[in-house]
Amino acid sequence: MLINMVKITDLHKSFDDLVVLNGVSFSVETGQNMVVFGRSGTGKSVLLKCLIRLMIPDSGEIFIKDHNVLNLNRKELNELRKDIGFLFQGSALYDSMSVRENLEFPLIRNFNLEQDEIKDRIHKVLEAVDLSDAIDKMPSELSGGMRKRIGLARSIITKPKLMLYDEPTTGLDPITSKEISTLIVDLQHAFKMTSIVVTHDVLCAKIIADCAIVLEGGHIVHEGTIKELLAAEDPFLKNFFSDEVINNNGRN
Amino acid sequence: MKFQKDKFFAVTQHQLTSFFETLAGLFIFSIRFFKEVFLPPYEVVEIRKHMIELGMKTLPIVGVTGFIIGLVMTMQLQPVLQRFGAEAFLPGSIGITIVRELGPVITALIFAGRVSSGIGAELGSMRVTEQIDAMEVSGVNPFRLLVVTRVFATTFILPLLTVYVIFISLVGSYIAVVLVQNMTWEYFTGRVIFAVEFADAVPGILKTFVFGFIVGIVGAYLGFNAKNGTEGVGKASTTSVVVSSLLILIIDMVLVKLTLWVWPNVN
Repeated sequence: MLINMVKITDLHKSFDDLVVLNGVSFSVETGQNMVVFGRSGTGKSVLLKCLIRLMIPDSGEIFIKDHNVLNLNRKELNELRKDIGFLFQGSALYDSMSVRENLEFPLIRNFNLEQDEIKDRIHKVLEAVDLSDAIDKMPSELSGGMRKRIGLARSIITKPKLMLYDEPTTGLDPITSKEISTLIVDLQHAFKMTSIVVTHDVLCAKIIADCAIVLEGGHIVHEGTIKELLAAEDPFLKNFFSDEVINNNGRN
Repeated sequence: MKFQKDKFFAVTQHQLTSFFETLAGLFIFSIRFFKEVFLPPYEVVEIRKHMIELGMKTLPIVGVTGFIIGLVMTMQLQPVLQRFGAEAFLPGSIGITIVRELGPVITALIFAGRVSSGIGAELGSMRVTEQIDAMEVSGVNPFRLLVVTRVFATTFILPLLTVYVIFISLVGSYIAVVLVQNMTWEYFTGRVIFAVEFADAVPGILKTFVFGFIVGIVGAYLGFNAKNGTEGVGKASTTSVVVSSLLILIIDMVLVKLTLWVWPNVN
């Protein structure tokens, strides 16, 4: 039987008079990859940040692994966060630390591991993202794609059960975007994670998604598989995916 | 003309509101600091790292400033005291002025310019590039790791720097003295030690703990709460210097009054 890893009910979030999320509800089953689509400013990143309580929603409920995220105390929340990985839009690597220190950071701070175990995990995740030779580099020495990969490596080094991706392919060229998307799927299979991916990148969604939702005006306006969304006759969806449809037709 | 007047009042009102909002935010932030500073785990390694870094970063500039202040003040005071036939009081009066007021305040102001802006920019940059969020997401308390350690370091490094500046200022002062008259270092320091009392030295040094705290907490508060990208980082950095310098001078005024109330014979 499939159980819900994430369940969100009637989530509301506003900034002064601007309503960003207006009654958003959905659930993600364990092992599933869900993509959240929406135009810029429709609250996709806010949704992710509410999910992990970096932002507090105005109302609604968020359950992760049956824990009501909004009712947890600081200690319980930190315990839960150990099981969650988050890839930020700009990778959010710690500038003052080398790649090795960036990867060590969550392990040293949160897990009582032997030095050998830490080294082993660093070695494995760097191999997984194909950047073993970058271990002693500083973040400023890495390209955008490399930073994303290291950010991804840092997120998965704690072996999270749930991964949250905030625009994982934004700002990358199409080839690197595709590489990152494929890497996300490979890692998801290797580490058996559940993922929620916020993106506008349809190609990335096609590679990653088991299912998708579309946010507009604070609501979920469509829900289904990528194929269903691309084939939908709804004018908003047609408009949203139009370039992609044209490109696909061209390629086909 | 009327429009300009309205604009002037609007801008002034905005700036005053913003200043008092900053003060209120700082107050709440400080309460959080005192709540968290006593809770384990104690980040001893981080605190030591920041103390060394901040101390080493500021040591040359405060040293040069202290030397010049001692030198110039003596050059200014010498002819004045000579006019009143009180030249013999020069080392003592210089010593008291430096220990009681100039040493602590000048060091604190330079420290604010160098360190508060640095902390504001560093934490501001970490905030806008989501590094602080990343820390929080990984189950680490960023307030304790980034704020508590830095504020603790500034609070305890500034008194040490002040002692250093006082010594360097006296060296500067001595050099100014020997340029115009014959005096040994032993005699000069002897006169200073004779003149400077416990009630001069202790409040002077004690208030630097408060100044150090102000420098750290202002920079950390503005950096930790920075927004609007790189513009916000710049603003956090410059505002840190302005607010911390202003607060140092205001608090100094209060502390001087308080010192005179506690030790009424110090004048």
